[in-house]
Amino acid sequence: MSWFVQTCSSSVGKKYIMALTGFMLGGFLLVHAAGNTSIFWGRHAFNSYAEHLHSLGFLITIAELVLLTIFLLHIITGISLFLQNLGARDSRYAVQKSAGGRTWGSRTMPYTGLAILAFILMHLINFHFVDHHQPIADIVKPVLSNPLYSLFYGTAMFVLGLHVSHGFWSIFQSLGINHPKYNSLLRCISWIGCILIAGIFIAIVLLLLFSSSQLA
Amino acid sequence: MAANTISITVKIWRQSDPNSTGSFENHRLEDINTDMSFLEMLDVLNERLTLSGGEPVAFDHDCREGICGMCGAVVNGIAHGPERETTLCQLHMRHFRNGETIAIEPFRARAFPPIKDLIIDRSSFDHIITAGGYVSMNTGSAQDGNTIPVAQDKAEQAMDAAACIGCGACVAACPNAAAMLFVGAKVSQFALLPQGEPERKKRALAMVEAMDKAGFGNCGNERECENVCPKGISIRNIARLNREYIRAAFTAD
Repeated sequence: MSWFVQTCSSSVGKKYIMALTGFMLGGFLLVHAAGNTSIFWGRHAFNSYAEHLHSLGFLITIAELVLLTIFLLHIITGISLFLQNLGARDSRYAVQKSAGGRTWGSRTMPYTGLAILAFILMHLINFHFVDHHQPIADIVKPVLSNPLYSLFYGTAMFVLGLHVSHGFWSIFQSLGINHPKYNSLLRCISWIGCILIAGIFIAIVLLLLFSSSQLA
Repeated sequence: MAANTISITVKIWRQSDPNSTGSFENHRLEDINTDMSFLEMLDVLNERLTLSGGEPVAFDHDCREGICGMCGAVVNGIAHGPERETTLCQLHMRHFRNGETIAIEPFRARAFPPIKDLIIDRSSFDHIITAGGYVSMNTGSAQDGNTIPVAQDKAEQAMDAAACIGCGACVAACPNAAAMLFVGAKVSQFALLPQGEPERKKRALAMVEAMDKAGFGNCGNERECENVCPKGISIRNIARLNREYIRAAFTAD
């Protein structure tokens, strides 16, 4: 076995894969959220943002393939870690109690991860695998003005926030970045990233639900 | 001053051998002196069990002063019980209420197979140490310690890591039964010192490999381990292990 494969399949190596892919996915989320803020400036701004993005042509296709690879790495490694961790304790404790380390985010990591995967599939069906001959605003508007979809998207974004509330800080720790000088700063940055991402997406969902004229 | 006493019920794990399925057994204990340590309370229980013709509860213990790492059980869901930075032997009954039911279970992890009652087999820790938790030195008279400069803060950090007594509470408390705090401490105590330098890369690779082979889980950064560690070892040591491992993986010859 080559040293590289051996490193990637070790427990520490897998954590590095999760952290590095998580970092890239976090970056994608920030860019995605920032791009979507064009919705706040109305139909024209949103459509022209989408047109500019699509005018990049094959660069977008490459970016999509890279993103797909990162997602698959994150999902497959995550599931493999989850199953390994389940197998690492064969008998359960009768009394389970936290000593103070776990958070709602860390506790639910694999489950929120799988829920986000289900959401992404739905999200792609809604907005990606559709007829793109019409402007993006006309694709998004009917979906997100439907209260059922709003509930689904809003819940999904809350779950995403929960996932990254542990994930962002975890990236630093897994990459070995832990120093008393910077720990509170890193925690702060992680929380800002988490609130920014979940906040922007939830704000968009609420805006499109309550202000149907936004994309008109 | 008259000693305070409490009456408690212990709900304790009994398992006659590695292959049998264990179960809980309830015992009522009256007039437990609150100045007793937790293990002394178990001694009282065992004395009563023995006198009444029963089988005493098997549990590991040695120094009973919190430095050997032999004792340990999960008490009411927390490894080594409710007091922070305390081994089970240094936990006192004054931290429990009169009439309380106390659940006592062994440390549970696939890599720590049960032997009997509260006793588990922690030799997987020994295998990790054998893989790299040492420094090689030439025999002969020792050189003067002061010829190797060690910065005071590094010496302190190495000492903090070396405080690990290998009790296994980190594994017991980890939701994933990972041994990263233990291995992190054992790698760090040498990685921080010049004496550990020659085998630094080999050590990190070998100890992580031994850890994975033993069937421990993977770190999820849940931070339960540092919260139950009787020696207060920080997850900063896990971050250091992560750095040591990846540096070694990419640069070792």
